[in-house]
Amino acid sequence: MKQASSVVTLNGANRWNERRRTFASTILAAIFLAGIAACSWLLGSSGLSVQLENRNLAPSMTHLFGTDWLGRDMLSRTVKGLALSIKVGLLGAACSVVIAATMGLMAATLGRTVDRMISWLIDVCMSVPHLVMLILIAFVCGGGLKGIAIGIMLTHWPSLARIIRAEAMQLMAAEYVLVARKLGSSRLKVAIRHLAPHLLPQLLVGFLVLFPHAVLHEAAITFLGLGMSPHQPAIGIILSESMRYLSTGMWWLAVFPGLGLLLTVRAFDKLGNHLRQLVDPRHTHL
Amino acid sequence: MALLEVTQLSISFLQYTKGSRQQTVTVMENLDLAVNEGEIVAVVGASGSGKSLLAHAIMGILPANAVYSGSIRYGGELLDEHLLRQYRGNEIALVPQSVTYLNPLMRVGSQLQTKLDGKAQASERKGLFKRLGLGEHVNRLFPFQLSGGMARKVLVSTAAHSRSRLIIADEPTPGMHPADVAEALSHFKQLAEEGCAVLFITHDIEAAIQIANRVAVIYAGAVVEVAPASDFQGEGEQLRHPYSKALWQALPGNGFIPIAGSQPSKSMDLQGCLFADRCMSAVDSCMSKQPEPRQLRGGTVRCLHAT
Amino acid sequence: MRLEGKGIGWRYGNGPWLFSDYDIAIQPGESVGLIGPSGSGKTSLGRLLAGYEKPLTGEVSVPGRSPNHTGYDPVQMIFQHPERAVNPRWSMARTLTEGWSPDAPLLDALGIKDDWLRRYPNELSGGELQRCCIARALGPNTKFLIADEMTTMLDAVTQAQIWHTVLEIASKRQIGLLVISHDHLLVNRICSRIIPFG
Repeated sequence: MKQASSVVTLNGANRWNERRRTFASTILAAIFLAGIAACSWLLGSSGLSVQLENRNLAPSMTHLFGTDWLGRDMLSRTVKGLALSIKVGLLGAACSVVIAATMGLMAATLGRTVDRMISWLIDVCMSVPHLVMLILIAFVCGGGLKGIAIGIMLTHWPSLARIIRAEAMQLMAAEYVLVARKLGSSRLKVAIRHLAPHLLPQLLVGFLVLFPHAVLHEAAITFLGLGMSPHQPAIGIILSESMRYLSTGMWWLAVFPGLGLLLTVRAFDKLGNHLRQLVDPRHTHL
Repeated sequence: MALLEVTQLSISFLQYTKGSRQQTVTVMENLDLAVNEGEIVAVVGASGSGKSLLAHAIMGILPANAVYSGSIRYGGELLDEHLLRQYRGNEIALVPQSVTYLNPLMRVGSQLQTKLDGKAQASERKGLFKRLGLGEHVNRLFPFQLSGGMARKVLVSTAAHSRSRLIIADEPTPGMHPADVAEALSHFKQLAEEGCAVLFITHDIEAAIQIANRVAVIYAGAVVEVAPASDFQGEGEQLRHPYSKALWQALPGNGFIPIAGSQPSKSMDLQGCLFADRCMSAVDSCMSKQPEPRQLRGGTVRCLHAT
Repeated sequence: MRLEGKGIGWRYGNGPWLFSDYDIAIQPGESVGLIGPSGSGKTSLGRLLAGYEKPLTGEVSVPGRSPNHTGYDPVQMIFQHPERAVNPRWSMARTLTEGWSPDAPLLDALGIKDDWLRRYPNELSGGELQRCCIARALGPNTKFLIADEMTTMLDAVTQAQIWHTVLEIASKRQIGLLVISHDHLLVNRICSRIIPFG
């Protein structure tokens, strides 16, 4: 609520309204993503090779992010690391959304017994800390990229599944959905015309909120040294290695990869939150 | 001087039209209303006329996309964010529409208690509960355990403490059994007799005239008439505005006579009198300019023809 | 050819029975008032008759209702809060034509204007929305209409307007009406028979 005199002008020329902010953050996030992909492709793998004559260089024009103790170009390593994290994040988040949607819809539609079982499963999964589950699953799957991706898939779905279940249940009890059945619409028609248009945006938002989570967890687990081989330029591995050299004053080893990770996570977290507001019918006109 | 004085209140909403374009939709224009101490003023009108918005504007809880202008004065002071924070839930109390306004996870007793409460307030509430016929055990119940009648009393008791000077009741009666309505109304009456100013928002005219001193009739965001409650009687000859008359005569207990048309919607931009297109006695001058409020037989009316 | 509930009973979960072994019948063309305090189960009874729920005991029979409850139901129900009975994402044109396509005379009679059709529910008032809900429920196969506090949230003028139209259409098409309300004066006005409930 605002008094008319202040920020908002009465003719409706509110330049940075919520929809425009969302649009802007979508573009920013897309550019960021495209940038990482393009750089990763352009830089090739040459920067990753060991060049002992160039080791421990501070950031300069030839090596923008400096080099590490083996002479590897930190820009290449950061970009490759981020690309890997994003790949794992996208895969993990996408699969989580599919699992969450399936579980949530099953719980909401297949009767009380199924609902109880799924709710119980959700509670169990949520009562164990993410990271512990993730480590266990990654370990069981034999580590590596596959292990981490599967681990992320299997740990991130419960919170979204719970939301989808509640939304679907609420929708199915909504008066307008009940009325639609009485007006002669079949179950399928109601699902397509009433339920899907409401749930699909929720899933998209769910995906965008889960994605930065997945990236962070991927970084965390590689940082702990579980999962991938040390030769892979995962962002967590880069960060954990740089810890050993921080005391020697080589700040660039940690700062640039760390910033890159932060930016990725923040960009998508913001985008997800903006979209969530737009999808919420109570906030249609904000 | 009136305890609550609303002058020239206009409320608009910023809404999206297409994509990211926004427009302002005005839902209330130049509304004037005053409530004195010890007085009950009822606000009646159609749904969508803006009665609840008035309550929300006074309490400072309009939605974030609302823009308002005009002034709301409380005891002569301009009621801004800062003053509201001081008075809200303290001297100014809201009786909400339903139990859904209570926190479902808190026991009744602990959510009635505010930070400022001491021993005196606690014993006062004890007395109040007794007077309302609520047992001591109600304090320990959760909102979902309250029956309809109990919930209503609990909501009334949120406002009924000695600190309140202004009570705003937003549709406290619809769907209630007549006996419960009478009881709820008597609580408000009693509060007014103790010196409170009560703004009673409802679409139930019969309930309004039972307890109110004055009745403000609101139509499409404007107060078209303020009349003493006693004017609502017989065929409504005492009433000033044609809409008030129509409202009175449409009651099932009176004539049940409808008039054609519907309230102009929020997005319509009207030049003249808001009621002109449904009015039997409308003339050309009604279409060109909205009539200003004027005093008439101890009330106020916004109509050119009213006598 | 009547809407009939025989020995029906209902309660929530393991709560107390709101009503049990209850009999009710509505003839085509008559207007029956069901009156009682809030919380007495009037709405639940309405929902059972309209087929929104299966009664826990007894049964509801209506001529023309398909055994598995598919297709346009001959019993339509109108709710107290019209804004909950329409999909907030649908334009009024889409909402109105969900079950059938109301013809111009009906829209006229209910006072539904052309320019409402392009709008969305949050751009219409409660009274305007309720008119649309009524038009939507008055398809050619509607034989009974259950009005659950249909005009409780509306002002007196709109209430009188809507009821005059609905009563006229109902008597012309011999639609049976069940008027659920707590308002004695209203029910006395519009009903030929009144059932006290609860």
